[in-house]
Amino acid sequence: MAPYASDDSTTAGEVDEQRSGRRKAARYIVPVTVVGVAAATIGLVPALADSGDPDLPKISAQQLIEKIAKSDVQQLSGTVKISTDLGLPNLGGLESGLLSGAAGQGGDGSSADPTAKLTELASGTHTLRVAVDGPDRQKLSLLENAAEYSVIHNGTDVWGYDSKSNEVYHGTSADSPERGKDQQPPATPKDFAEEALKAVDDTTSVTVDGTAQVAGRDAYKLVVQPKQSGSTVGAITVAVDAKTGMPLKFTLTPASGGAAVVDVGFTKVDFARPAASTFDFTPPKGAKVTEEKDAPKGASKGFGEEFGKGGAKDHAPEAGQDAGKGPDGMKTIGEGWNAIATFDTGGEGVPSGKAGGEFGGFLDSLGDKVHGEFGSGTVFSTRLVNALVTDDGKVYAGLVTKDALVKAADAK
Amino acid sequence: MSRADPSAPQGRGELREEPQTARTRRTTFRASLLGNELLTTFRRWRTLALLAVLAAVPVLVGIAVKVETGDGSSAGPGGGGGGPAFLSQITNNGLFLVFTALAATVPFFLPMAVGVVAGDALAGEANSGTLRYLLVAPAGRGRLLLTKYATVVVFCVTATLVVAVSALTVGALLFPLGDLTTISGTRIGFAEGLGRALLIALAVAASLIGVAALGLFVSTLTGSGIAAMATTVGLLITVQILDQIPQLHALQPYLFSHYWLSFADLMREPVYWDDLTKNVELQALYAAVFGSAAWARFTTKDITA
Repeated sequence: MAPYASDDSTTAGEVDEQRSGRRKAARYIVPVTVVGVAAATIGLVPALADSGDPDLPKISAQQLIEKIAKSDVQQLSGTVKISTDLGLPNLGGLESGLLSGAAGQGGDGSSADPTAKLTELASGTHTLRVAVDGPDRQKLSLLENAAEYSVIHNGTDVWGYDSKSNEVYHGTSADSPERGKDQQPPATPKDFAEEALKAVDDTTSVTVDGTAQVAGRDAYKLVVQPKQSGSTVGAITVAVDAKTGMPLKFTLTPASGGAAVVDVGFTKVDFARPAASTFDFTPPKGAKVTEEKDAPKGASKGFGEEFGKGGAKDHAPEAGQDAGKGPDGMKTIGEGWNAIATFDTGGEGVPSGKAGGEFGGFLDSLGDKVHGEFGSGTVFSTRLVNALVTDDGKVYAGLVTKDALVKAADAK
Repeated sequence: MSRADPSAPQGRGELREEPQTARTRRTTFRASLLGNELLTTFRRWRTLALLAVLAAVPVLVGIAVKVETGDGSSAGPGGGGGGPAFLSQITNNGLFLVFTALAATVPFFLPMAVGVVAGDALAGEANSGTLRYLLVAPAGRGRLLLTKYATVVVFCVTATLVVAVSALTVGALLFPLGDLTTISGTRIGFAEGLGRALLIALAVAASLIGVAALGLFVSTLTGSGIAAMATTVGLLITVQILDQIPQLHALQPYLFSHYWLSFADLMREPVYWDDLTKNVELQALYAAVFGSAAWARFTTKDITA
């Protein structure tokens, strides 16, 4: 009556002990094997699942661009993964405070305001869900930890709902139907691809570079590259769905190499009509609703409070982000990809003076001092946008290298 | 369990010593091994105290939210959405207390309770000298281990349901119930909401089976119940800390606690399954690795106590 054979607590011979020792060790092979199989599965399955590039009929770049233009996808739902690595230093809450402050000028203090949420996409990796049913009904949701932020455009209503704080933002798009679209951040690969194709001119080379599988669909790869040197943009790759002509993936790689600056792509896409209930929204009970027209203007104070970091109003020309928006008197030097925006702030250039305090010193540490024929200044650089602020208050910014900025400043 | 009264004064080990002759009696024995084990576990004062603490968490959260929002203000610091997930929604719908309570207990209270029960499973028996009596019965070590693991898994489900039911009761008493808004902004009926709450409780219970297997493995390593519990809870805290260090992001998807909060994805519309699936896969992997390691250890170990 002893089914437990290995219970050798009784007197066992030398030989028996050796054998049972070996048997003991043999049992540990099982957990080790499980770990091994799991590791192999994790390593191999993505490689096996990648069934190679699909075989599609040849197509010219011109035809592919026309295909995108003709693409008329009215209904779709899907999941989009967006990764941005602008090379901004990771400032945590401070950064979001700054960026929101920059974007929030003229917005309102509600955390459900679409413009405030747009800036969150500017760094890190995010998962979005999109659903589109014709021009009147769209929904975009930003998946967060145990929360979600949704922008729902249904007919004349535009709703923003932040489930974390249970706040609702309501606007109407009655006056112009395009309004609702404008309020949505550019989030789908299509939005990005359209922007990129706008920039196509004689300074650009456009080629078709084989095929790829995106979100389980066969796609052509369109590569857009600047011809001139001096740009920080290396190449833009757009994966275009072979059937519908819908851009499925957008990747912007910097000229300096390394990981993509912007990488937006569908991980799942379905061209069926989304359920109508997707676009229905009634503010939940007890939610704080902010009406667009009630929103206080220029409420950067609200953001300052919200993020607990002051100085949002004194934000520096954050890497050309709002330099592009253009204060009065902005000029453009150069053309195509090497265009440099320039304007005169009329004051002291380096923002450390204005922002003051610890914050000023901190900004100084972010920039590089440069000297040239123009005098001296500070270059704030990211992986894509570089900006030069001269000591006499002129700002040069563009998708160009530092040297190109200094050259542009010298030429003045 | 008709065979033996578990409260017999001789102690539990004796109960399993009765000789088994007929095949039918052996089948009864197998079933009753699990029954006995469950009864012994859930009759312990320690287990009951753990469950009572878990049941108290939703009560505390519910009362705190009620007191805080008594003047009509919204929950959460400045309505800004701090605190555990779903906190700002509780005042509008008591059902959200279930989600908040689970979100509040899943990082520590629940796994700690599971760690205590799992860590004690074998080491506690060895400690009190009852393990060898358990093994005298013709169950075999493998089956005993499986029974112990099944007991711990039952405890995972029970503990989660205790939190959920306590939260639902408190939520129903203190706050209104009704249709609820998913975090995607769509509305679902109360019945579907209840269904999702049950699914969420199951998802949370499934999140704990990895810790349960880990605790059981640790329990086979030592003859001291306290040491096994402390080690399991210590590992739990270590893993939670590792999961917070950004430099380790490549490693984090393989930590058992990484997808614990994915249960909230069940409140999206449509449900976002990616992380939920990953969580279940990861927990199954932990259960397989540490379960088989526990088997390898336990079936080859010298039982002297």
